[in-house]
Amino acid sequence: MVSRKLLRKLGIHAMLVPFLIFALFPFYHMTLTSLKQNRELYDRNAVPLLIRQGPTLEHYQKLLWETEFLTWTKNSLMVTLIATTVSLVIGTVAAYALARLKFFGVGSFGTGIFVTYLVPTSLLFLPLAQVVNWLGLADSKWSLVVTYPTFLVPFCTWLLMGYFRTVPKEVEECAMVDGATRIQALWRIVLPIAVPGLVCAALFAFTLSWNEFIYALTFTSSSDQITASVGVLSELIRGDIYFWGSLMAGAVLGSVPIVILYVFFLDYYVSGLTAGAVK
Amino acid sequence: MAIGSLRVASTARPTSLRVRLRTALDRERALGPLLVTPALVLLVLLVAYPFGMALYFSLSDSFIGRPSHFIGLRNFVNLWDSDAFRQTFQNAFVFTGLSVACKLVLGIWLALLLNEQLWLKRLIRGAVLLPWVIPTALSVLGWWWMFNSLYSVVNWTGIHLGLLDPPGPNWLGQKYYAMAAVVVVNIWRGLPFFAITILAGLVSIPRDLYEAAETDGAGPVRRFWYVTLPLLSPVLAIVVLFSTIFTFSDFNIVYVLTRGGPINSTHLFATLARQVGLETGRIGEGAAISLYLFPVLVLVVFAQLRFVRKRAY
Repeated sequence: MVSRKLLRKLGIHAMLVPFLIFALFPFYHMTLTSLKQNRELYDRNAVPLLIRQGPTLEHYQKLLWETEFLTWTKNSLMVTLIATTVSLVIGTVAAYALARLKFFGVGSFGTGIFVTYLVPTSLLFLPLAQVVNWLGLADSKWSLVVTYPTFLVPFCTWLLMGYFRTVPKEVEECAMVDGATRIQALWRIVLPIAVPGLVCAALFAFTLSWNEFIYALTFTSSSDQITASVGVLSELIRGDIYFWGSLMAGAVLGSVPIVILYVFFLDYYVSGLTAGAVK
Repeated sequence: MAIGSLRVASTARPTSLRVRLRTALDRERALGPLLVTPALVLLVLLVAYPFGMALYFSLSDSFIGRPSHFIGLRNFVNLWDSDAFRQTFQNAFVFTGLSVACKLVLGIWLALLLNEQLWLKRLIRGAVLLPWVIPTALSVLGWWWMFNSLYSVVNWTGIHLGLLDPPGPNWLGQKYYAMAAVVVVNIWRGLPFFAITILAGLVSIPRDLYEAAETDGAGPVRRFWYVTLPLLSPVLAIVVLFSTIFTFSDFNIVYVLTRGGPINSTHLFATLARQVGLETGRIGEGAAISLYLFPVLVLVVFAQLRFVRKRAY
């Protein structure tokens, strides 16, 4: 019996292997390419799955010192941090009101939030480009700070509404009976309880805005304003000659902030993913 | 502890409780609108207003840097005379249909595997979810390199395993292969969302239902068919609806891999709208193309609201 159980377990792991290879191979190959010497990289007789002739950091050096990659990363960080913070604040107060307070239009506003949560960015990028122009933010990273909350706020609000609903009403009412105002109750009682939800919303907002591409590509173009993804894609690809090593190095380094967060907060990602969709 | 003492204090003063609750409720009417105002302003200015503009653009002959005129539905009608648009329309349905169907089947399969007793469970889940969190534009760059016409590692592996005849297809340069490549990358990127969400649905199915089915003599296949699948169907519906809208409106994958080529065979609404609206400057026509995403959005929202309403309220 024991050996049959073990056999079954081994079988299930074996069946997971193709999925794991499918999921991870692109990252392995990207990293590998970024560390390969050009001689081996462009040798069609070499085995592409391994490094045989020794690794090199020349592609990374080229990326960091001969392109504006560090500026793009700084832009990405700035846009992401500001947009995330602003959206989190706006989303938190809105979510609290929607989850707890009764007032005129609360139901339809909740529906409105849900609908905008589903509006894809690719539906509105053309008119938004016009709005960005009018605001005088054309070709500026600030255009992204302004527009990213359009998808971050609905997301944060929706996610946090679910969390606030799980906080028992009585806890808050007790505090208010003791003389706390609603805002104090929110600040001192509800928010500390909802910290896991806030962390989750912050992580997802950070990830969504770091990964955003179509707005960044449309609204910004100067080398000192673009974000990391756009920089790697538009500045490293010029004409028909591709520097594959540096391109892959850019793709790897551009993913690093997300990978770091991911490693530390994996469980939040898993729970937030299901909460965002199912709740 | 603190909560306990608060509760004692509140029951000790029953009259002030009622009074204070009433004032708090009075304030709710004012506080609620106050708290949602920032979100409301943002969404009106930067979502509702641009949406109105999109509608206006689509009904005008708007061109970058030129005054525009109202032309009615002519953009929408003209689009049907364009081969590129007709091809895009077809692509969008092929791309979405194939991707979502594969993601659903593979997602259920993967979720069932992940739901078993596993060694290194956390690590495996982490690995499975990874494609979903990495910036798409950058990870697709990796796929671009994997499908490169000269150095494709996909072809190299396929040839060495005896699955492909050398030199192998030029994935991104041939019509049907390009569509296949774009679909595969979409599955790669979207599968984690399906698997992890379906897994959450699986975990919430009570164990005793399986035990009851087992005592009734149901084998694994019938247990899956008569217990798992019916109880999973609300989660499946939601996942499919979500994925449909985001697959239909996908931009990144096609933009990075093929830019819509070869000969428009992989263009989706978003990539064509960008090409027409920005690269050739015909904003009106571009907006009209974008708006073809709207009926799908409406359908999905309508279906979602019915499901979400049922579950949340």
